[in-house]
Amino acid sequence: MTSAGRSTAVVIGCSTGGLHALSTILAALRPDLAVPVIAVCHRGQDDDGTLLVELLAQHSRLPVCEAEERRLAAPGIIHLAPSGYHLLLETDGRFMLSTDPRVRYVRPAVDVLFQSAADVHREGLLAAVLTGANDDGADGLLAVRRHGGYALVQDPEEAEAPQMPLAALKRAGADAVISLAGIARTINERCP
Amino acid sequence: MPRPDPDDVELELFVRALQLRHGYDFSGYARASLKRRVQSVAMASQCKTIGELTAKLIREDARLPSVIAGLSVPVSEMFRNPSVFKALVAEVFPVLASYPHINIWQAGCARGEEIYTLAILLEEAGLYERAQIYATDFNDSALALAQEGIFPVAEARTWSENYLAAGGQHSLSDYWHARYEHLKLDEKLKRNITFANHNLVADGVFCEAHLILCRNVLIYFTNPLQDRVLGLFRDSLVRGGYLMLGNKESLSFAPNAGEFTVLNARARIYRLGLPQP
Ligand SMILES: C[S@@+](CC[C@H](N)C(=O)[O-])C[C@H]1O[C@@H](n2cnc3c(N)ncnc32)[C@H](O)[C@@H]1O
Repeated sequence: MTSAGRSTAVVIGCSTGGLHALSTILAALRPDLAVPVIAVCHRGQDDDGTLLVELLAQHSRLPVCEAEERRLAAPGIIHLAPSGYHLLLETDGRFMLSTDPRVRYVRPAVDVLFQSAADVHREGLLAAVLTGANDDGADGLLAVRRHGGYALVQDPEEAEAPQMPLAALKRAGADAVISLAGIARTINERCP
Repeated sequence: MPRPDPDDVELELFVRALQLRHGYDFSGYARASLKRRVQSVAMASQCKTIGELTAKLIREDARLPSVIAGLSVPVSEMFRNPSVFKALVAEVFPVLASYPHINIWQAGCARGEEIYTLAILLEEAGLYERAQIYATDFNDSALALAQEGIFPVAEARTWSENYLAAGGQHSLSDYWHARYEHLKLDEKLKRNITFANHNLVADGVFCEAHLILCRNVLIYFTNPLQDRVLGLFRDSLVRGGYLMLGNKESLSFAPNAGEFTVLNARARIYRLGLPQP
């Protein structure tokens, strides 16, 4: 792999069916992955987030934690967006939050994370849109591709809810449309 | 280092122009969220780029109020995160009750959702009569709406549920009248509330508060500005006074946090100085 093909961060967006899909990917990631993995998974409002972290941690070989504002998106860690807030990445690689209006009816929105991460990591960003029953993530994936990042979309045939992958493909296209196993493999291959 | 993106360059020039021409300083705002807001103001103003918006803002003073309103984004709810308001009532109100007169400041009150939340909780705790409440924001149009106390009826159900989850003793509908698509809050709730324009970036201490509520405002500030405003809160609080921030805010990078003790970490309630013996 040339250094040009090397990813510096991974962002993942999912909604309906996302818990299962995310667990499948996390279970297959290399335990020595040296980039941050940042995920938005839509869920209920006042849940304080610990449940999702615990559930995913059971499947992941990498540590899973809720993204904390002002902290570095540290490599080798799975960072989850807290519920009720948009999660953004700043140019210094740190997290910030916002309670700005919902985007595509959701907060956190995949679009917001992807767009801000694309600004920071540009061609180093690897983004994946997984199962979901809305079209959040489509604009975000477009921003990722415009900045030269690498875009993966879960095969709509395999997705529990195909709408989100389909919307992403329609708006942004993708470098590959593949299974969850394929997404995990691609992350393992493209990341240091 | 790659060359900066044109949008990012335009964002910096916009910030500079707003300061030079209009005296508003947004340089301490975190850039990722600021950029989204400026872009959406640009879009709403039929500008294709931030640069176009900047050019107009420099020449057309009449645009300023709508730009400030657009950068403020006063999104809020009544009783958002009910459990933290429950904690406020349980852990802070008993101490406030020991003062003959209580000063409360809410910084960044948006359209008033949380100041009425607080007013209702104070009423139900029997503390409202001796409270003087200052509700401030730097967005005049949001302040005007806050003063009116009118909210979309669509929110009624969630807010009512949250009110009960926060330990509300009656029904939230006891405090409002439904008018067409809107809810008008009881006028009585504002008898001790003063609404005023106050910019956390530019303005100083104006009261001696026993409690400062500032939820989800500092999240938009860079570390240096967050710390500076925390210093302003320290200077505005009585010794042993309380500060309540938003649910997911972190003071890990603010040196001034050292002057506060954590009272309830989950509810983000802090107290100035060491706990009283
Ligand atoms: C997201 S709202 C928070 C509303 C409410 N506290 C809540 O958490 O639901 C942020 C508010 O902070 C205000 N704000 C932002 N910067 C400010 C400043 N420099 N001075 C005063 N208010 C400011 C905005 O106008 C907006 O109304």
